[in-house]
Amino acid sequence: MKLRLLPAVLFLAIFFFLPLARILVLSVDASVFTAAHLERAFFVFRFTFYQAFLSTLLTFLLGLPSAFLFARFDFPGKSILRAVTAVPFMLPTVVVAAGFNALLGPHGWLTFLFPQSSFQFTGTLTAILLAHVFYNTTIVIRIVGNALTHLDPRLAQAARVLGADRLRVWTHVTLPLLRAPMLAAALLVFLFDFTSFGVILLLGGPQFSTLEVEIYIQSLQLLNLPMAALLSLIQLLCTLVFSILYARVVERAFVPLMPKPSIARRPKNLREKIFVASFIALLASFFVAPLLSLPLRSVTRLEADRGQRGEIPYGITGDYYSELFVNRRNSVFYVPPLDAARNSLTYAAATVALSLLLGFPAASALIHPNRLTRLLDSFLLLPLGASAVTLGLGYIITFNKPLITDHWLLITSPFIIPLAHTIIALPFVIRTLQPALASIPERLRHAAATLGASPVRVWQTVDLPILARAVLSAATFAFTVSLGEFGAATLLSRPDFPTLPVAIARFLSQPGGMNYGQAMAMSTILMCVTLAGILWIERLRLPGAGEF
Amino acid sequence: MKRILCLALLFLAACAPLAPSIQTTPGEGAPANPSALEASIVTELPTQNLSGQTVQLTVMTHSSFAISENVLAAFEQANNIKVTFVAGGDTGEALNKAILSKDAPLADVFYGVDNTFLSRALDAGIFEQYASPLLANIPDEFHLDLKNRALPVDYGDVCINYDRAFFEKNALTIPATLEDLTKPEYSGMLVVENPATSSPGLAFLLATIKHFGEPGYLDYWRALRANGLVVVNDWETAYYTNFSASSGRGPQPMVVSYATSPAAEVIYSDVQIEQSPSASILGPDTCFRQIEFVGILSGTHNRAAAERFVDFMLSLSFQEDMPLQMFVLPVNPEAFLPDSFHQYITLPAQPATLDPEVISANRERWIQEWMQAVLQ
Repeated sequence: MKLRLLPAVLFLAIFFFLPLARILVLSVDASVFTAAHLERAFFVFRFTFYQAFLSTLLTFLLGLPSAFLFARFDFPGKSILRAVTAVPFMLPTVVVAAGFNALLGPHGWLTFLFPQSSFQFTGTLTAILLAHVFYNTTIVIRIVGNALTHLDPRLAQAARVLGADRLRVWTHVTLPLLRAPMLAAALLVFLFDFTSFGVILLLGGPQFSTLEVEIYIQSLQLLNLPMAALLSLIQLLCTLVFSILYARVVERAFVPLMPKPSIARRPKNLREKIFVASFIALLASFFVAPLLSLPLRSVTRLEADRGQRGEIPYGITGDYYSELFVNRRNSVFYVPPLDAARNSLTYAAATVALSLLLGFPAASALIHPNRLTRLLDSFLLLPLGASAVTLGLGYIITFNKPLITDHWLLITSPFIIPLAHTIIALPFVIRTLQPALASIPERLRHAAATLGASPVRVWQTVDLPILARAVLSAATFAFTVSLGEFGAATLLSRPDFPTLPVAIARFLSQPGGMNYGQAMAMSTILMCVTLAGILWIERLRLPGAGEF
Repeated sequence: MKRILCLALLFLAACAPLAPSIQTTPGEGAPANPSALEASIVTELPTQNLSGQTVQLTVMTHSSFAISENVLAAFEQANNIKVTFVAGGDTGEALNKAILSKDAPLADVFYGVDNTFLSRALDAGIFEQYASPLLANIPDEFHLDLKNRALPVDYGDVCINYDRAFFEKNALTIPATLEDLTKPEYSGMLVVENPATSSPGLAFLLATIKHFGEPGYLDYWRALRANGLVVVNDWETAYYTNFSASSGRGPQPMVVSYATSPAAEVIYSDVQIEQSPSASILGPDTCFRQIEFVGILSGTHNRAAAERFVDFMLSLSFQEDMPLQMFVLPVNPEAFLPDSFHQYITLPAQPATLDPEVISANRERWIQEWMQAVLQ
């Protein structure tokens, strides 16, 4: 019943491929093929590739041992630590950049504690790489860690019995079995680093330009649409290659050799204890420090407000939160925080509903893959690699015609945001639902039907209870995606309906300690909501489901 | 997800709702006498619309726009117009949004295009002509578009500001010319904005092009780079994070900012200060003159209300409010300037300027070349 794929495919066609195709067709122009343009494009491409490669490498350096830690050992606070490593992935770039800034930036904790140090963080490649590792380690932990959990320990035991030493077991048994999941994780991490935008712009500064950043500069700053289109095409092609590779690898990666409940145990000997303790410490400090410095910074005054020339009253303060509710400068662009929160929640709820409505039938159609669905599967990932600027421009030239009434435009209506968010959430939702749907044994349905249950009742009593948790976690995914999404929202949100991340960006772009503190306060609020959502997913996690 | 669409960039920071197409009554027609109109804009009783409803007017501006609440309220009340402001990002970005959405305009009025981008706006045809009667008050030097599609509102000079205390403490001579900045004693002391993403950054680049010509300006920038030039993306970062004389107390004692910034430091200060902590370098071509314009966006459904708003921006009530709100100078010479402006601002004797046509023909190429010379 591949008809069930139709709604999702149609949706992607109208709200992703159509606007993208229209803007590319409109802007592609032979005039772009000058030596200077091509040289710049190559320069940008090279840097994009280079930083993505380095970031992926570093992510694995931290991620692989961590995956091993979570898969093989039990220790107190394990699920909390695991949840903490997943938090960054769900956070908007503005917040992550803010977190690193609060820790290492020019007005951060480090500068405050060591004012004499000439340590420079923002504007360096280190900042970019660190933020990428911070973001994506959870992918390695989840994908590789999950494969490790499912690995039959008897294979390694057999090898040991046959005389192989530890190292040989690793290189000849464990690693080959992990190759597919590792490749899948690497591709995904690379894809995210490759299309990085916010991190580069907010932490890297002007000397670093990835394809996505350059598309933004070329189209919106220089109005060089042909160049932007060329770069978009390069980025899209690369993404397509990565997602086709990923779809191929992922099939092999997620077939558990022999599902086992859990092989994790407490560390036994000294070596294991040292490994576990040191990695817990490392992960905790690497992930907790930036996340914690945010809320701490939101209640601490460390720098002067704009125009503040007298003594700075350092110390604990609740001002940043209370000031959120005051339009002190009578700015014409002021956003009341509760309004922004309400808008964000409304958009998120709409995104959840829409992506489940489209994702559910699509996921059920993808249970038994064939050549066609496999192809569609890799196209489903494509929205992850499309430049939001390009897509936004596409939306503007595609949805600016009056529909329904003379003055109703989709582009200026509040509906455009949940539509764009659904495009982003859909791949996640489908990938969460698919394994759960596949896990329902057909026999159960048949048995129920034989016993006289109607199709509706079969669905109610068999499918629903098994699916409920997967649906819940897919919904949470869609919810957090929409809540934290920044690009499409800033691109398309109406001035009278801003979202939380849009409001955070506004505060961050304004000078002075008060605005900075308020940005930290609002980021903290957003982070807490997101963290609650992730802990919820963790608690409901199905084996094999929600891998990414 | 995040990065996927994660664009810190604000493309349509806002798609303003197209205002309901209720036309204001053309009413009495614009008074012929500018000062009579002047008076009518603020004092007139609410105009009776045919429907009696308030007209919704959307104004798209750059993010630095500011206005006193009471001045705006007086305008809204007198004309029965409700104004919504849409921030479009930095000057260049805001304008590009207006150009890209010109088939379905997101606002009725656009304010904030400057002389470095003027030709782009005019060539794209985003503005409707409007010969405001108030133009009569404005000197010709500001009146760059003779077809009255873009009307001048304010001007200012982009200049290098320096930290007085730093130069005094270190007994350093204050650089007097652009050439001086490449001297080793000023190594690592200057922060500038990226001209690709910031309008003061672009203005300063144009000043160096005016002064050194082509290709000399590139050699100059290479020399600046070799002398430890710091480049950031936007003015807020340059001024409030990097500049040492702002409240941010950053590491660089020189910054590309505005001739009005030293006055702003005094006015914003929470404690009374006698002298501004910063001052501008006013050498030959060290400053670039920016003029900002307003225009009515083609295809507006609220032409009458849009005309009223443009008149309002050229009127004394707005022109006199603007200096302390946006730290720019009014184009209307009759506008009364606050004392602090006379006290703390010295205007450059010889600001650099370039013909908008020349800028328009070369802007992208200059920026690309600059990026290659300074960032790569």
